Amino acid sequence: MQLPNPETLLAEITAKIQTQLEINGAPNTALVGIHSGGVWLMQRILASTKQDVAHGMLDAALYRDDYAQRGLKTEPKPSNIAFDVTDKHIILIDDIFYTGRTTRAAMNELFDYGRPASITLAVLINRGGAELPIVPNIVGANIVLKPNQDLQLTQDAGGKLLLSLQKASHV
Amino acid sequence: MKIHIKNGHLIDPKNKIDAKQDVYIAAGKIVGIGQAPTGFIANQTIDATDLIVAPGFVDLSARLREPGSEHKATLTSELQAAAAGGVTSLACPPDTNPVLDEPGLVEMLKHRAKQLNLAHVYPLGALTRKLEGKLLTEMCELTAAGCVGFSQADIAIIDTQVLWRAFEYAATFGYTIFIRAEDYYLAKDGVAHDGEIASRLGLKGIPTAAECLAIASILRIAHETKTKVHLCRLSTAESVDLVRQAKKQGIQVTADVSAQHCHLTDHDIGYFNSHANLKPPLRSTRDKAALCQGLKDGSIDAICSDHTPVNDDAKLLPFAEAEAGATGLELLLPLALKWAADNKASLSDAVAKITSQPASILGIAGGHLSLNADADIAIFNPQLEWKIEASQLISQGKNTPFLGLTLTGKMQYTLLHGQISYQG
Amino acid sequence: MYNPQLDNDGNLKHLLTIEGLPKKILTQILDTAETFVGVAERDIKKVPLLRGKTVCNIFFENSTRTRTTFEIAAKRLSADVINLNVGTSSQSKGETILDTVDNLIAMHADMFVVRHGQSGAAHFIAQHVPDNISVINAGDGRHAHPTQGLLDVFTVRRYKPDMHNLRVALVGDVLHSRVARSEIHALTTLGVPEVRVIAPKTLLPAGVEKLGVQVFHDMKAGLKDVDVIMMLRLQNERMTGALLPSAQEYFKTFGLTPEKLSYAKPDAIVMHPGPMNRGVEIDSSVADGSQSVILPQVTYGIAVRMAVMAILAGGNA
Repeated sequence: MQLPNPETLLAEITAKIQTQLEINGAPNTALVGIHSGGVWLMQRILASTKQDVAHGMLDAALYRDDYAQRGLKTEPKPSNIAFDVTDKHIILIDDIFYTGRTTRAAMNELFDYGRPASITLAVLINRGGAELPIVPNIVGANIVLKPNQDLQLTQDAGGKLLLSLQKASHV
Repeated sequence: MKIHIKNGHLIDPKNKIDAKQDVYIAAGKIVGIGQAPTGFIANQTIDATDLIVAPGFVDLSARLREPGSEHKATLTSELQAAAAGGVTSLACPPDTNPVLDEPGLVEMLKHRAKQLNLAHVYPLGALTRKLEGKLLTEMCELTAAGCVGFSQADIAIIDTQVLWRAFEYAATFGYTIFIRAEDYYLAKDGVAHDGEIASRLGLKGIPTAAECLAIASILRIAHETKTKVHLCRLSTAESVDLVRQAKKQGIQVTADVSAQHCHLTDHDIGYFNSHANLKPPLRSTRDKAALCQGLKDGSIDAICSDHTPVNDDAKLLPFAEAEAGATGLELLLPLALKWAADNKASLSDAVAKITSQPASILGIAGGHLSLNADADIAIFNPQLEWKIEASQLISQGKNTPFLGLTLTGKMQYTLLHGQISYQG
Repeated sequence: MYNPQLDNDGNLKHLLTIEGLPKKILTQILDTAETFVGVAERDIKKVPLLRGKTVCNIFFENSTRTRTTFEIAAKRLSADVINLNVGTSSQSKGETILDTVDNLIAMHADMFVVRHGQSGAAHFIAQHVPDNISVINAGDGRHAHPTQGLLDVFTVRRYKPDMHNLRVALVGDVLHSRVARSEIHALTTLGVPEVRVIAPKTLLPAGVEKLGVQVFHDMKAGLKDVDVIMMLRLQNERMTGALLPSAQEYFKTFGLTPEKLSYAKPDAIVMHPGPMNRGVEIDSSVADGSQSVILPQVTYGIAVRMAVMAILAGGNA
């Protein structure tokens, strides 16, 4: 299958996020990336806005719902929310939206930091297959994949985004 | 009852027999070896094809737990275990409850054992009253009641003056003192060999010096007081050297090693296995090698089971809190055979270490199959492998570090005074 | 090779001792602990990982401080905590260790944190619990105190990240110290090239060099070029047991004073598992000085214990 160019998708969602920023105002907004792909995207978007916007990163590993089955799969990366979450309009950024469970975990973690004014979910790709009533607000592309397929976002040495399709490691 | 043991391979170290010979028994005695006596008609024939026919084993130390510790074991259970292990004569240490320091207690024990008719029991009397190391016991009275020697079991005599006098008094009458040499203070509260393993496991160690300092003192005292001394349960390489030297100098000393110490080391403690908690402790590989060599060159005279049945609850505790000791009567044979196999000694050597040698140390009849000797006989299969499992053991104590392991050598028949006391 | 701490897939099932644990498990614990340091710095110092689970602190040997850090760690993972101070009085009532443990199993506890005065007690308990229960050794006799060893190397790693280039010295009563044994195993497993012990002969166990350490009896020689000094507690009993003559002489010869500290590298860090005997093993000015990381050790202790519990309580698909 032909995969879209992630750099193009990034440009598209950056534009939509920029609009969102203007609506609520940069001082009242914060960009939060979910490790690891969401953090790269958040950093690129932050650079593009050229504005001083609060930002942070979440791992959400400690809030996942599959701990009882799988344990802590890999060492959680430190979350870093240095700003006050309360009353902020959070733009939550992730690379691939699939079942919605990562978003649920990230939202639970965010709420432990404070009470946001709103949360907008921006993703590069929605691959279909949501298992929870969560729908991303900003989407670069919709691609439907089979359960045995895995879509991965990576960065090359120069920071350029790459998409690849793999056989799923866990089905 | 006339019994004919046929086709067996006879090993009788004392009489230097190691050949296929039939054995003929009548009225509880051996009446023929190789050839039937004239007019002999057997009531019973035992087919000993592929089996070894040996003198019933003589064990220098087996705790029977009576009187006093019947929750651990009883005379009945342990003498049955003895029969199952091929042991027809055994010495029991005086650390019963009450201590064997009164002739009446000794008589009662001997009487009970005789009634059970499963093995000959030779009590070792207490060397000091209540084993407290202060006052002497009535050694003559105790000997008259049936004691074959005097012992302090695992309790050291701290007062050297008392130790000296106890030796002198025993020497007056030619009694043998059986002593497990260990310095009280250096061994105090220790539970394992003081070395790398104990350090890793955080267990208080008993240094080698605790044993060899005490052995050096005791050998000196024995030499000067001219006492016959038997050193029980050697555990260190240094002790073997001391005994070797002493024998060269003509000092009247004999020594034994426990069957466990011929094969195990402090590595066998593993993850704090309380079955490996023994007195003296299991020591290093080097010590084990020296003990095995000591047996081979005669510095150590005998192997004993050091049979010490312990109830399950007393072992189901963290290592240092568990009671020390292992059940051993039923493993004496396979462990003695394994010593010979691992150290290139002969089957006859192994048999000597558990028959003629210990018998001579105890000064008892037994340990050989001469004409007119009591028909105390052990018939075993030296090739048969068996797994040591609690359900297989007859002793009430199931505590052995060999649990789950497979050993070679199993009793098929034990005869006591010409009667079958055990059949495998 | 059978290792009672690992399951068939090599995942951590109990934490009983650092000895025998593969380096990658130690690293897994330390890396996970990094995240939990962050949790402690938040307003809401809780994560939901052990929600609905019950952690039992079974302390046969009293210790308010260790028990409290385990309790805080468990609660920050949203677990429920039961504290059982068995002490010696209940033992003298005749209840065996196993009976105590069986009662707690019947109450559906999920994790036991055990401290006991006998070496091997944690292994003993781990052998008797059903598969779904994890045991954490909070100190058994003089054998091991693995979470202390872990938090100590976590602290070292934080201040001196290049572990492959360090000289570490342990000072004091190694003979009686479970902390020392755990620290030595952790340091050597993680590849610290030089681990030293500095103590009088009476306070060193037989064959201590076989644990992979260099032995010194003199502070000047032992602390030369050292990057990390790990102090050990000296208990009063050592003076009455003919192991040492007096606290004063010990302080003069092995106590960490500013002068002795100067024998080490100028940026050396000073650690102590606590509680400290000021003026016996360590001078107050050193304990409170700029090179001391004793208080951060306590903070990291909670994060490390959270990491251990989080790894043990998780499933393994």
